[in-house]
Amino acid sequence: MAEKIGVYVCHCGSNIAGKVDVEDIAKWAGENLDDVAVSRDYKFMCSSLGQQMIEEDIKKEKLTRVVVGACSPHLHEKTFRRACSNAGMNPYLMDLTNIREHCSWVHKDRAQATEKARALISAAVQRVKYQEPLEPMFVDVNPATLVIGGGIAGLQAALELADAGYHVYLVERMPSIGGHMAQFDKTFPTLDCSACILTPKMSEAGQHENITLLTYAELEEVSGSVGSFKVKIRQKARCVDYDACTGCGICVEKCPRKVLDTEFEAGMGNRKAIYMPFPQAVPRVPVIDQDSCIWFERQKCRACEKLCPTDAIKFDQQDELIDIEVGNIIIATGWKPFDSKKIPQYGYGRLANVYTSMEFERLCNAAGPTNGKIVMRDGKTVPKSIAIVHCVGSRDDRHNPYCSGVCCMASLKFGHLVLEKTDAEVYSFYIDMRTNQKNYEEFYQRLLGEGMRFVRGKVSEVTDAARMPTEQGKLIVQCEDTLIGRQQRYPVDMVILMGALEPQEDARELGLKCGISCSMDGWYTERHPKLDPVATMTDGVFVAGTCQGPKDIPASVAQGAAAAARVAGMITKGRVMIEPIVATINEQACSGCKICNNMCPYNAIEFLEDPGVSRVITALCKGCGTCVAACPAGVITGAHFNNKQIFSEIEGILWDALQPADDSSPQAEPVPASAS
Amino acid sequence: MSESAPTNGNGNGKAKGKLAIYWAASCGGCEISILGIDTKILDVAAAFDLVMCPCIADGKVRDIEKMEDGEIDVCLFNGGIRTSEQEYMARLFRQKSKCLIAFGSCATEGCIPGLGNLHNRQSIFDNSYTSETDSTENPDNIRPQAVTEVPEGSLHLPIFYDTLKTLDQTVDVDYYLPGCPPESPRIWEAIEVLLSGNLPDKGATIGENTTVCDYCPRTRHNKKIKEFKRTWEVIPDEETCLLEQGLVCAGLATRAGCGALCPQVNSPCIGCYGPNEGVEDYGARLLSALASVIDSEDPDEIDEIIRKGIPDPIGTFYRFSLAGSLMRRGKRPAPTASSQ
Amino acid sequence: MSEQVFEPKIVGFLCNWCSYRAADLAGSARITHAPNIRIVRVMCSGRVDPSFVMKAFSLGADAVMIAGCHPGECHYIEQNYKAMRRFHMLRQTLKAMGVEEQRIQLVWASAAEGQQLAEAIDKMVEEVRELGPLGWSGNWEENGERIQALEDIVKEHEEAMEVTA
Repeated sequence: MAEKIGVYVCHCGSNIAGKVDVEDIAKWAGENLDDVAVSRDYKFMCSSLGQQMIEEDIKKEKLTRVVVGACSPHLHEKTFRRACSNAGMNPYLMDLTNIREHCSWVHKDRAQATEKARALISAAVQRVKYQEPLEPMFVDVNPATLVIGGGIAGLQAALELADAGYHVYLVERMPSIGGHMAQFDKTFPTLDCSACILTPKMSEAGQHENITLLTYAELEEVSGSVGSFKVKIRQKARCVDYDACTGCGICVEKCPRKVLDTEFEAGMGNRKAIYMPFPQAVPRVPVIDQDSCIWFERQKCRACEKLCPTDAIKFDQQDELIDIEVGNIIIATGWKPFDSKKIPQYGYGRLANVYTSMEFERLCNAAGPTNGKIVMRDGKTVPKSIAIVHCVGSRDDRHNPYCSGVCCMASLKFGHLVLEKTDAEVYSFYIDMRTNQKNYEEFYQRLLGEGMRFVRGKVSEVTDAARMPTEQGKLIVQCEDTLIGRQQRYPVDMVILMGALEPQEDARELGLKCGISCSMDGWYTERHPKLDPVATMTDGVFVAGTCQGPKDIPASVAQGAAAAARVAGMITKGRVMIEPIVATINEQACSGCKICNNMCPYNAIEFLEDPGVSRVITALCKGCGTCVAACPAGVITGAHFNNKQIFSEIEGILWDALQPADDSSPQAEPVPASAS
Repeated sequence: MSESAPTNGNGNGKAKGKLAIYWAASCGGCEISILGIDTKILDVAAAFDLVMCPCIADGKVRDIEKMEDGEIDVCLFNGGIRTSEQEYMARLFRQKSKCLIAFGSCATEGCIPGLGNLHNRQSIFDNSYTSETDSTENPDNIRPQAVTEVPEGSLHLPIFYDTLKTLDQTVDVDYYLPGCPPESPRIWEAIEVLLSGNLPDKGATIGENTTVCDYCPRTRHNKKIKEFKRTWEVIPDEETCLLEQGLVCAGLATRAGCGALCPQVNSPCIGCYGPNEGVEDYGARLLSALASVIDSEDPDEIDEIIRKGIPDPIGTFYRFSLAGSLMRRGKRPAPTASSQ
Repeated sequence: MSEQVFEPKIVGFLCNWCSYRAADLAGSARITHAPNIRIVRVMCSGRVDPSFVMKAFSLGADAVMIAGCHPGECHYIEQNYKAMRRFHMLRQTLKAMGVEEQRIQLVWASAAEGQQLAEAIDKMVEEVRELGPLGWSGNWEENGERIQALEDIVKEHEEAMEVTA
């Protein structure tokens, strides 16, 4: 059956008409393209009058297909789909072709721009003939939510949702929630005590009736899709009975094995083999580090077991897999510090008094290993001068091109703490000072007033090789002061390296499990960098905090809350629409060759052993079409982008490219000899 | 079969139909395969008069030319169109037949003779008639000529085309029967369909719409290929999918019909049954599938895997289907001189 | 039209999320580039079937550009790697058919790289202009002698029929 196509070419004021002869194209399409019943041009197709025109034509002229030549489908596809829908046409029978962004705005020559626009309209007309009506699908939303990561962003998200009355599973890999913020002493620029503002939130989360806390646990597997994810959580063996433990801490006290705490204390202090990372840990249930515990090493000791008043120690506890079902997932897995050893010329790990910023955080933390006294590695000498090196592993093509965002402010905070607690001089070696949030610049000005010294330049080396008597026994920071244009050497007692924020080691792996992607740097990719910063390409999966990119505490909290709001919106709505652009396998024709099954990063193609064929799990399919292009038997169809549609589009787009046939016109062909 | 006589659109149930079997650029294997239907050939003979089959019976072109248009009920046409004479015969049979069937790989997709499309007339003749090639002795450098003048007048030989065409690139085709050659049981099944009068839609391929893997008994897993291997490099394990062992097995892209003969004798499918139903370009399907499962994300390594494992991509992906593919041929060097 | 400059026709297959948006961005930022590219939108570079490229060549395209998100940044996680693999296999196959490598190019452009995409288009147009028309759609036509030869056969056969008649 021949279609009746309406073609609408937009002037967009002079945005298109200024470069493309829209009237000519509309006329041409009406006269020359098959099946075109109506062809019009109009000043602003997206205006209500323009839409009305399309709607009326659909009704009056009984159009079966609509082509709009205007702007990018990313702008107005929804608009024109809605117009078609209003007039009773399936919205997927419309094609919007882009003659503005891709044509009138970028080409100089009017004739050439018009020719290109003509080809694009021709392509759309050919394509639209083969478009098929599609119906969006709806799924119910499970009101429970999974939050991965118990740092400040995850905590915020969990609390917002829990307070709104929805159940949250909060999964944290470490034995306690709190994240990096729990390690800090003060927070910039207000100098609030980090623990003072964080721990109330932690305990609130620990006691909230709507929050199921799963600490010392990791995400194992995710299946399902928006509205109904099925998640497997691995609860690592604590070797402590969670319910029996009262958190009295006698086991920790009596444990004879001390180990260096490279996690919470950043290697600055010790912990026991059975431990809680810090006194305010939530939950107050210790874990046994099986790699350090004497019992696991040589079946001796059991001091903790003997002394535990509630018999909570369970050496034979095994990892446990917990199945939960949720409607949405918020990923808030945070960051890890840059390994400063990767820049050997800064001497970290070789020169004792070179510190990472996390080490220094612990050093000046009142609850840290020195009770907040700023002393050098010998544990007693107070430094007389301190250098703070910015951009260690950030803004550096050899490591990370991006700015880590928080280090300038953190170094100002360090400067303030040093000046407050010691008489030391503080030098800050910066490339650019970035203090662009509320009250940040003021904090910078304050530190300038407090006497912190700023040297604009990238440090080339930190060394203990003295050249002058004044450098003896010091660390010498070599740097070009770019403001005076001279190489300078600064002898100091202590150096702090402001290491970059980096994505978690397993960020990609976790992303893959949840079906979201990372940028080249390894941060999770948001759906839109400006307009949709906490959603991801996978419906029902949101990101919050530094796992999406370096950010400070206020921004992490804001994102946590934003993600929670998005999830709450989904729950309130009750059901979600899924785009019907998905792949389908003709199971009759599928031979089960298994080319397609691992084509899909969302595991949307299952193999049915019995008939030996593959099948697309529609709810999981995101419609990328990679399997369609991979299927050697050509039995997978990609809705709205099927072969017929794209082949026709190519034919249309090259309508003027085919060379006139020389000898193949049938009239010219000799007819075989015949007796008649 | 004898009682329920064929109708063949004659209107008269008792009357015998007319059958023609013709060959163009082909090897004769298709005819052998037709004879392979064994005693069922008697049923065919009962239903049809064989008006033409140069391979097994005498017949005159003139007799065909004399026929009314559409007088032949079924013409099984095998072979591609390489010469003007073949094109003439294709046109003749189109005109005289109610139902023209592209029979076998050559007629449907060009087959091995279609690989000549990587060359042109000049280079093919150079290769065939030049004494430099080992198998040719032609000291006088004699070449076929389209026109030879003799005292009695001009003698004409058909001209040899630069490009081999499939039957449907030359004339309108009703049905297709793939295979190099079509397997005898499939031929009989097709004949039964024709005799039943229950004809498929025009343009249909008479056969299955799944691929060889459907009949291959080997166990299959998700695929990841680090290295493509040539057949002489390995003795494949007999249980596992050959492709998973690195061998380029075309079974996954090739229409079923043979019963997976090659993989069952530990040899990879070479694709003689052509593309599956609805597929526009056989080679593109195979190429895309194999490339998709290369286990590398590094462009240089990918290039190397392909270069090393698939040194002859056209021979691999278009062994049977070059002439029938979207690209149809390799780039033609310069126009051939008009003399043959 | 006095001095005929060859204007190649290039079909671009651009992924919905990165490269198509990069072209949109080139538009909103008014980054002028050659009008020779005509863009077909696909959801992902992984959707680009080698037969799309061949179809375009067979219908008269002089070159084809496939563009997607940068490796590791695919909106569908890793599908552009499949596009990359197919591209290499396809390019080698087309090369064996005599299609120059510059006529099929794979370009990575993020949604923020309107400028880079525009430059890649301009560069490609220049390279293809240098190569000249591909003209694949005329590649299999026999020249006029075919008609002559067929007419000769018809004539000969008709004469032969008259003799026997």
